[in-house]
Amino acid sequence: MTAPMLEVDNVRKYFPVGTGAFWQRKTAWVKAVEGINFTIAAAETLGLIGESGCGKTTTAKLILLQERPTAGTIRFDGEDVGALKGPALMRYRRSVQVVFQDPFGSLSPRMRVANIIAEPLEIHTKLSRSAMRERVSEVLELVGMRPDVADLFPHEFSGGQRQRIAIARALATNTRLIVLDEPVSALDVSIRAQIITQLEQLQQRLGVSYLFIGHDLATVAHISHRIAVMYLGQIVESADSTELCASPLHPYTQALLIAALPAHPDAKRERLALSGEIPSALAPPSGCRFHTRCPRAMPRCTDEVPVSRQVAPGHAVACHLY
Amino acid sequence: MSAPLLEVRGLQTHYFSFGGSRIVKAVENVSFVLRKGETLGLVGESGCGKTTTCLSIVGLLPPAARVVGGEIRLNGADLTKKSPREMRRIRGRAIAMILQDPMASLNPLFSIYTQVAEPAYYHLGMRRRPLRQRVQELLRAVRIPSPAMRMRGYPHQMSGGMRQRIVGAIALAGGPKLIIADEPTTNLDVTIQAQYLDLLMDLQQETGVALIFVTHNLGIVAKMCDRMAVMYAGRIVESGAVRDLFSAPKHPYTKALLGSVAKLGSKEPLYAIPGQPPDLARPPTGCAFHPRCADAMPRCATQDPEDVQCGPEWTARCWLPQRAGRGGS
Repeated sequence: MTAPMLEVDNVRKYFPVGTGAFWQRKTAWVKAVEGINFTIAAAETLGLIGESGCGKTTTAKLILLQERPTAGTIRFDGEDVGALKGPALMRYRRSVQVVFQDPFGSLSPRMRVANIIAEPLEIHTKLSRSAMRERVSEVLELVGMRPDVADLFPHEFSGGQRQRIAIARALATNTRLIVLDEPVSALDVSIRAQIITQLEQLQQRLGVSYLFIGHDLATVAHISHRIAVMYLGQIVESADSTELCASPLHPYTQALLIAALPAHPDAKRERLALSGEIPSALAPPSGCRFHTRCPRAMPRCTDEVPVSRQVAPGHAVACHLY
Repeated sequence: MSAPLLEVRGLQTHYFSFGGSRIVKAVENVSFVLRKGETLGLVGESGCGKTTTCLSIVGLLPPAARVVGGEIRLNGADLTKKSPREMRRIRGRAIAMILQDPMASLNPLFSIYTQVAEPAYYHLGMRRRPLRQRVQELLRAVRIPSPAMRMRGYPHQMSGGMRQRIVGAIALAGGPKLIIADEPTTNLDVTIQAQYLDLLMDLQQETGVALIFVTHNLGIVAKMCDRMAVMYAGRIVESGAVRDLFSAPKHPYTKALLGSVAKLGSKEPLYAIPGQPPDLARPPTGCAFHPRCADAMPRCATQDPEDVQCGPEWTARCWLPQRAGRGGS
C-alpha cells in the first residue's frame, strides 16, 4: 500500500456552548468529533457515513482548516497542516478543495461562471488572463460542459449543471483531494447518477482523491473504496466498501444496512431493531456511545469505552462484541 | 375485484399566468385507481406533476392552478364537482395528507393535543374525556412515549422524527380512508426513516387505510408499495404492479430511473440519463421523453404515443412495446 496522502490522527474538536441563565453562565462542550483516525491515499475515495449531528461536516471543516482541532493532528504528505504558514499553507489550500451540498448556495449569483472558476486561480497562481481563460475552458470540458458557458451566470443552470461548475472550480488548481460534502443529496435521481459517474471518471483520469460525505449507504458504497461509519463523533467501523456491505460487524453499521432501502421489492426484508433517536452530543452516553440504542448491548457497554480493533486486514471496529 | 376507493380519470390540471396567456400543463390526462388498503407509489423527478396531482385530489391547489378536465371519484362521488365547503368536510375525514416538512405542517403556537384533537373534534364531534383518550390512543399508535405528558408539549420540543409521527397521528385522527403522503421522509435520517416507514406499514395493516406515496426514491416504493405510477412531464408514462415494473420495465424512462439508482454493495456503473427534465411551459413535441431517450425512433419526435396495455393493470406510454406487441401477435 502506498503511503497515505492525508492522515487524520486522533483528532478531537469541542465547541463551547453557554448554558444556564446569563448571571450563572456555564460553559458546556459539544464534543463534535471525539478522537477519529483515518487516512486517504492518492486516487482513493474514502466514504464518511453517518446521520445528522454525528460530526461528518465538522470533520470536513477540520480538513479544510476552517476549524482548528482541539487535539490531535492532521498530516498531509507527512506534514502537520496545523503548523503550516505562508507559502506552504497556500500550497495545502491549493491541493485541498471542497464541493458543498447545495449548488444554489455555493455559487455566487453575481459572478459569471468564468470568474467563479477562475477565483482560486487568481489567488493561487500568477497565470495571465488568456492562460486563465484557457484553464477555465479546460476544467469545464473535464466536467462535461461546453467552454462557451463560461460567460453565463449561475441562475441560467439547473442544479446538476451548477454542481458540475462547483466541481470544475474545485478542480481548477490541480487539486489532489476534494472534500465532497453530500454533493448529490440536493439533486434529482436522474441527475445524481450523472454526477456520481462524472466524479468516478474524473478520479480515473486525474488521480484525484475524494472524501465523500453522505448518509445514503448505497450511494456512498458505490463511489468509495473504503468507508468509515461515524456515530456521535466517533468512527465505529471502517472497512473496504464491499466488505462493509457484505459483512458489517458493528451493530450500528448493521442497522444502517437494514435501514437502507431495498433495490427490488423481492429483496429480503428485515425490521430495524433500533429504537429511539440519536442522543445529544452535549451529553453523550457513557461507555459505548451507541449502547442506548444498541439491540445487542451488554452490561459492560454502559461503563467501558470500546477501543477500535483490527479484526481483519483493513477492517477495524470499535465494539465490545469483537 | 372490489370497487375502487379512488378513481382518477383523465385528470388535467393547468397553471395559468399572465392573465391566461401562459399555460403550464402540469398534469395532463392522468388516470389511476386505488383500492381499499392498497399503496400506490407516485414516482417522478421534481416538477413532473406528482405534487400537483395530489393537491388536485384534496382540492388544495394554489390560486393560479385549475383542474380543467377529468374526474376524481372517491367512493363514486366526483370531487372536482364539490364546493369548497363540502371539500372541507372530506379533507381530514375521508382524505388526509402528510407533507414533506413536519415543522411547516405543525403550528408552533398550539399544543400537540390541540393539533391532534382538531380532526376528531370537527369531523367526529368528539369532546372532553373521549377526545383526550382518542388523542392519547393516536399518539400511542405512532409510538410517542408517555403520550399523556407529551400531548401537553409543543412542536419545538420534539425531534424531527417525532414531529413527523405527530403529523401521522393528525392524519389518522379523522379516521381517513385514504392518506396522501408527499415525500414524508426526505428530511429524516436513514434509521429514523426506516422506523417511520415500518410504522406507516403497521398503521396501514391495523386500519386498512389506502396510501398514495409521492416520492422520487425508488427504494421507498420497493419497500412500501403494491403498485406504482411513473410520471414524467405531467403524464403517467408507466403504471403497474411494483414487482412487474422493477423486474421488467417497459418504458425507457422507468428503465433509466431504475438503472440510475446505486444498488447496495454493487460497483456496477450507474446509468446516467442525459440532459434534464423538460420545462413544462415549453414541452418537447411528440413524446416528452424523446430528447433523453436511449431508444428514441424518428416517430417519437413527432407523434405522442398512447397508453399500451402490457398486461392486466399494466400500461406504458411508449411506441416501443406497441411495436413489440404487434410483432408478437
